[in-house]
Amino acid sequence: MSEQHEQAHHIVSPMVYVFILIALLVGTATTVWVSYVDLGVWNPIIALAIACTKATLVVLFFMHVKYSTKLTKLTICAGIFMFLALVGMTLSDYISRAWGSW
Amino acid sequence: MADSTVVAQGAPETAQPVHGEHPAYLRHHFESVEQQADAAGFAMWLFLLTEVMFFGGLFTAYLIYRNWYYPAFVAGSHQLSIPLGGLNTLLLITSSFTMAMGVWCAETRRKSGLVLCLVLTFILGLGFLGIKTIEYSEKIEKHHVPSWHYSLQSFLDPASDKEASAAGDKPLPLDMARHTEVYFSLYFAMTGMHALHMIIGIGILGFMILRARAGAYTSGHVTFVENFGLYWHFVDIVWIFLFPLLYLISRH
Repeated sequence: MSEQHEQAHHIVSPMVYVFILIALLVGTATTVWVSYVDLGVWNPIIALAIACTKATLVVLFFMHVKYSTKLTKLTICAGIFMFLALVGMTLSDYISRAWGSW
Repeated sequence: MADSTVVAQGAPETAQPVHGEHPAYLRHHFESVEQQADAAGFAMWLFLLTEVMFFGGLFTAYLIYRNWYYPAFVAGSHQLSIPLGGLNTLLLITSSFTMAMGVWCAETRRKSGLVLCLVLTFILGLGFLGIKTIEYSEKIEKHHVPSWHYSLQSFLDPASDKEASAAGDKPLPLDMARHTEVYFSLYFAMTGMHALHMIIGIGILGFMILRARAGAYTSGHVTFVENFGLYWHFVDIVWIFLFPLLYLISRH
């Protein structure tokens, strides 16, 4: 049982955490810098893209999802899909109904 | 627990399978330590997904209202301080790192390392809340708290306001200026709920520091530290989205 457990429980090394920390700090600096540049509609899109990248790094490495069971991975994907579906359906309702007539 | 139930139902104790050797923290309704850890992690993720839905609703409201009352949201976000928000982002990301290192210390059974990591996470979390308090008190001073002596002056007469004139704001018409209150309602709802999660997390961290000093998490049973780590990183992720959306995207 203990060998099984050792195999299943992957311990992420501190070096990985240090790399992720540096990547997150670089991402933060980039998003602050980009926000001062006028890119029109692209400003929020780039800000969200950087935020999604940072969140993915946190989920995969700090939260160990890269090394977790298929059940956990599937559950998270299903949750994110559900969230995006709810946001998408809410937006489609607002856009097709009341947009511009508030 | 499981044993006593069986006895109460009248099953002879000899009918029980042999009580094999296992770590004291393995509950009897699990086959193995591995299965117990997987089940706990799975349950924690289910909880975090309900949290995603909860914060997701606030983010969706923000998305829709920002597009409806765009000039009000731009003027409102100019009232926030990027240096303070950026510093808070640094504190929170670093605290996520120290928490991840804490989980590593627990897994590799380093007691003093774990206590140090938890204390650092605790301090960084308090630092975040301290800076948040400074930001909130600025909002109170300038009467930017919705439905509580709310003042439109910064938005009707931006020249009289330090932050608004620095951002080069134009005066808003009265009806649009009123919608800045929607921006600050969402600002306080989102950062307030985030701060509440931080306060709860810091409380649990304090409890964990006391238990870690007694050696609770460095004898092989790391589930509590690991699942708290998941919670703390989730709170970090919420801020990773809040910071650009509230502070940054209307700056240029």
